[in-house]
Amino acid sequence: MILSRKWLNEFVDLRDVSDKQFNDEMTLSGSKVETIEREGSEIRNVVVGRIVEMVRHENSDHMWVCQIDVGKGAPIQVVTGAQNQKEGDLVIVALDGAVLPGGKTITAGKLRGVDSNGMCCSYQELGMTEHDWPYAAKDGLFILSTDADVMAKNPQPGDEICKVLGYDDSVVEFEITPNRPDCLSVIGLAREASATFERPLKLHTPEVRGCGGSIAEQLDIEIEDGTLCPRYTARMVKNVRIGPSPLWMRERLRASGVRPINNIVDITNYVMLEYGQPMHAFDFSCVEGGKIIVRTAREGESIQTLDGNERKLTTSMLCICDEHKPVCVAGVMGGANSEIVGDTAMVLFESANFNGVSVRRTATALGMRTDASSRYEKGLDPMNTIKAVERACELVEQLGCGEVVDGVMDVIAKDQAETVIRMEPEQVNAFLGTDIPAADMYRYLARVDIFTREKDFPNGPADVIVPSWRGDVQALCDLAEEVARFYGYNNIPNTLTKGETTRGGFTDVQRFERSLGVSCRALGYDEIITYSFISPSYYDKIRMPADSPLRKSLKILNPLGEDTSIMRTTILPSMLEIVTRNYNYRNKSVRLYELGKIYKPRADGLADEPKVLALGAYGDGIDFFSFKGTVEGILREAKVSDVRFDICQDNPAYHPGRCALVYAGDRLLGVFGQIHPLVALGYGIEAEVYAAELSFEALYEVRGGKPEYQPLPKFPAATRDIAVVCAEPVTVGALESCIRDAAGGLLREVTLFDIYRGPGILPGCKSVAFSLVLRADDRSLTSEEADAAMQSIVGALADKLDAHLR
Amino acid sequence: MRQQLEAIRAAAAAAMEKAANAEDLEALRVQYLGKKGELTAMLKQMGKLSAEERPIIGQLANEVRAKLEAAIETRAEQLASKAMAMRLLAETVDVTIPGTPQKLGKQHPMYQVLDEIKDIFIGLGFEVIEDREVELADYNFTKLNVEEGHPAREWSDTFYFTEDSSILLRTQTSPMQIHAMESRPLPIRMIAPGRVYRKDEVDATHSPMFHQIEGMAIDKGITMADLKGTLNTVVRSLYGENTVTRFRPHHFPFTEPSCEMDIQCYKCHGAGCPTCKGEGWIEVLGAGMIHPKVLEGCGIDSTVYSGWAFGFGLERLALGQYKISDLRLIFENDVRFLEQF
Repeated sequence: MILSRKWLNEFVDLRDVSDKQFNDEMTLSGSKVETIEREGSEIRNVVVGRIVEMVRHENSDHMWVCQIDVGKGAPIQVVTGAQNQKEGDLVIVALDGAVLPGGKTITAGKLRGVDSNGMCCSYQELGMTEHDWPYAAKDGLFILSTDADVMAKNPQPGDEICKVLGYDDSVVEFEITPNRPDCLSVIGLAREASATFERPLKLHTPEVRGCGGSIAEQLDIEIEDGTLCPRYTARMVKNVRIGPSPLWMRERLRASGVRPINNIVDITNYVMLEYGQPMHAFDFSCVEGGKIIVRTAREGESIQTLDGNERKLTTSMLCICDEHKPVCVAGVMGGANSEIVGDTAMVLFESANFNGVSVRRTATALGMRTDASSRYEKGLDPMNTIKAVERACELVEQLGCGEVVDGVMDVIAKDQAETVIRMEPEQVNAFLGTDIPAADMYRYLARVDIFTREKDFPNGPADVIVPSWRGDVQALCDLAEEVARFYGYNNIPNTLTKGETTRGGFTDVQRFERSLGVSCRALGYDEIITYSFISPSYYDKIRMPADSPLRKSLKILNPLGEDTSIMRTTILPSMLEIVTRNYNYRNKSVRLYELGKIYKPRADGLADEPKVLALGAYGDGIDFFSFKGTVEGILREAKVSDVRFDICQDNPAYHPGRCALVYAGDRLLGVFGQIHPLVALGYGIEAEVYAAELSFEALYEVRGGKPEYQPLPKFPAATRDIAVVCAEPVTVGALESCIRDAAGGLLREVTLFDIYRGPGILPGCKSVAFSLVLRADDRSLTSEEADAAMQSIVGALADKLDAHLR
Repeated sequence: MRQQLEAIRAAAAAAMEKAANAEDLEALRVQYLGKKGELTAMLKQMGKLSAEERPIIGQLANEVRAKLEAAIETRAEQLASKAMAMRLLAETVDVTIPGTPQKLGKQHPMYQVLDEIKDIFIGLGFEVIEDREVELADYNFTKLNVEEGHPAREWSDTFYFTEDSSILLRTQTSPMQIHAMESRPLPIRMIAPGRVYRKDEVDATHSPMFHQIEGMAIDKGITMADLKGTLNTVVRSLYGENTVTRFRPHHFPFTEPSCEMDIQCYKCHGAGCPTCKGEGWIEVLGAGMIHPKVLEGCGIDSTVYSGWAFGFGLERLALGQYKISDLRLIFENDVRFLEQF
């Protein structure tokens, strides 16, 4: 809502209140000021001048050299190329050093060899349009002395131009919350300003003389659906004379951000701004059958709206129709078929109340949110229609642009009950944490027209009556807000929340989640945040089989686009997207993690939303085993025991020879490995990319508890190295478990330190070397004991795996 | 003999000066003081001296011996410190050569801010709760006093999974208030952060997915003064002890009275500057007293219990705290960005 402060002053005199103070106090009482701008504040050093003398430029056949009185003693010389001025005219002069809108500066200089100490201006050069100055020449200078409205202000040479042109209003832009449509008007904001500054509100009751006749003889109104149109009020004006509206009205419209058009249209806009009640004016000669029918559109109907667009209407859209056709989309925009034009003679003013949701849906469907629809959609006061139409007719008479036919057509399809609320001052104090006397509370309420039926302000509970325009006030808590607003939110004390002590704190799951993040970061991985929704094509990119159950994803019916249209059932593609982005940015080495949700559709339409720890990496020092080391590091930090890695050759997203499933005992934790080269190439990555997907839930379940201290060894260990030759398919894992199983209780550590293939080893075989640490807790091992253990290991390797000492 | 002793002392002293290392010095010690050393040999001849001379020369010999021993020790120390100095010189490195990188990973800046907030509330005795993102319209809207027909419920603003608009992606963290009220014993003090979704095209200030954090306290006798006091405490922990705040009336369907909280611009201290868009204040969050209708809808007697709630967007807070100019950076996850924090 854009408000002219000059206009506001008509209702609440705040001329002595600075813009800053107005901003602060209105904002703190609930009408949030977004900006305050002074019209013409960009314009500097531009004044009224009188052309004293005007001669042809000696070096030009179209320029004039003018001597202009600018109120500073001797006239100044200004060269102009304009032709519409004559000696004695009052014109606009930008003096040396003047600034015009857009930051354009004017300096003294020579024009074709002749001194020019300023510039004569058009209204366009002051940032205004022909709508602001309909009587002024469209080309050439703005000759002030030809404009009666300007001359009425008796301008003198040297007068500051913005003042003379009335271009010095303070324009305030408010953020009005949707519960306060009443504040989308000058009067609504005047009520708030009056309450805020505790100054009297001067409201005006419109008076219409009328010219006889009877509207009822010429017009019939029928409302088909009272829910969509609770009230329809109309008046009629005959012998209309279309023309520009007067300067004062144009000024206020311009300051309010509305373009002046003609007197009748301007009146509807003026009344909408003043009362917050959208109005519409029909050319009554275009309303066939003298009948207004408020109904929803019929199948196949369409209308050309005032903006010139043909609009297809649907059967849910409310329209104002005559006997045969729609003439207006109710509350949104009028039809071109009944537009006010230059020769309109008979005008029908509509001041109606429409259902807000219906207007909003129609406006959205037609893609045209208008000043009217944005007011209607918030739900307007049905009691306002009469006042508004009366005001419009009063203005018609005041502007002399027509004769108002006697009588008002006012069809009330649905009545509104008066809202009465029990005010409980003690409860309000308990709720706010304040100690405000009851009488003060009633005084605050009275400021916003919420009164009791009693004469004095009561000291205890009492019924209060809420005015019709305050549909947002429905219960005691709403009254508490009104009291708080005028008591001052910032005067309410600050206390720390009292009551029973609560334990608070993180849960075990939350603590575990945090510790996983710490592990990932300690291992050099950066955290990322990815979108939960993906494109279905992402499943193809990770080579997910067409029949994979993971393809069954929750589908957004109204997505922004394909790329964000389904809820991911795997986190891998999200990770690969980010890996790819970093690869494309030529980031050399990247290690990323995310603890994010996947969304598994459930029978009830909702989703199971488990979290998955995803890792992704490529670059320096990243190979299968360093990546596996990271996974192992995370598991070790989580104190997961009995960790096991199984070969995984059938996950199509991963390299079949470099992929493993991770288990803790029998519990599957997830998968990791090198991303399949085909997948990587699909993303445009030529490097080896590694990824892991670990179930958070599973990790949490198998995490270790508080560790118990193990005494440090008191006796020395015996270290033995062993190298065996075995067939290629025998895995290191198998060799290691065989060693562990065969060693008995003395074996403490098995460390792989070499795998050798080449001269000395048969093709198809490999030599695998381990370092073993043997130790007893209660004695120094004898070499016989160590040898015996080694012997049983060597025997088992040979028997079970055909692996023989090298 | 006196001259002989003196000569030995002088010769030994001169030789010691020349000793270049510990080995040379040891050789000298053996040469003079060893069992077969020169001084030892001298002392063996003491028997030939007269009874008067013997103690005098004996004393002299002992003095020479002590002097030689001390000299050896001194020289040894000199040599050791010289050797150490040479070693240190040899081992000297250019300390301006960069260290070998030991890279620690970084937490996403937004979650750093979130953790900070969680820690503040944990300190105030709050719990942190999470809940589903695929949500019932009932929880996201209806139970929060956002009735059918409200603009936020339109398909142009909210992502839906079902034609009847009953299942959606939550547009706010507030449905977690409802879950908490329905499932937890009173009193409740909780914060609830999480992902939320709105149908906004991606640009410098919008994203179809973003994060909010919700907070709520319900108990007997909770007041708006408690809301103000708590939020002031939290905001001062986040923005600094001297932060000036103000509360303005506002509107949310699920709170009444509702308010927005501003902090005085930390750059211009209220004078107005580009950071605060000339207002002198920066809006930080929305809050209010939980609407009695919302409490009653969750089976809480609003004549006995009252509560406050607040909510704000995490992205905007993180962007402000780290002076990040474009929201897209948050979800782009460029490591060159991530590693700055």
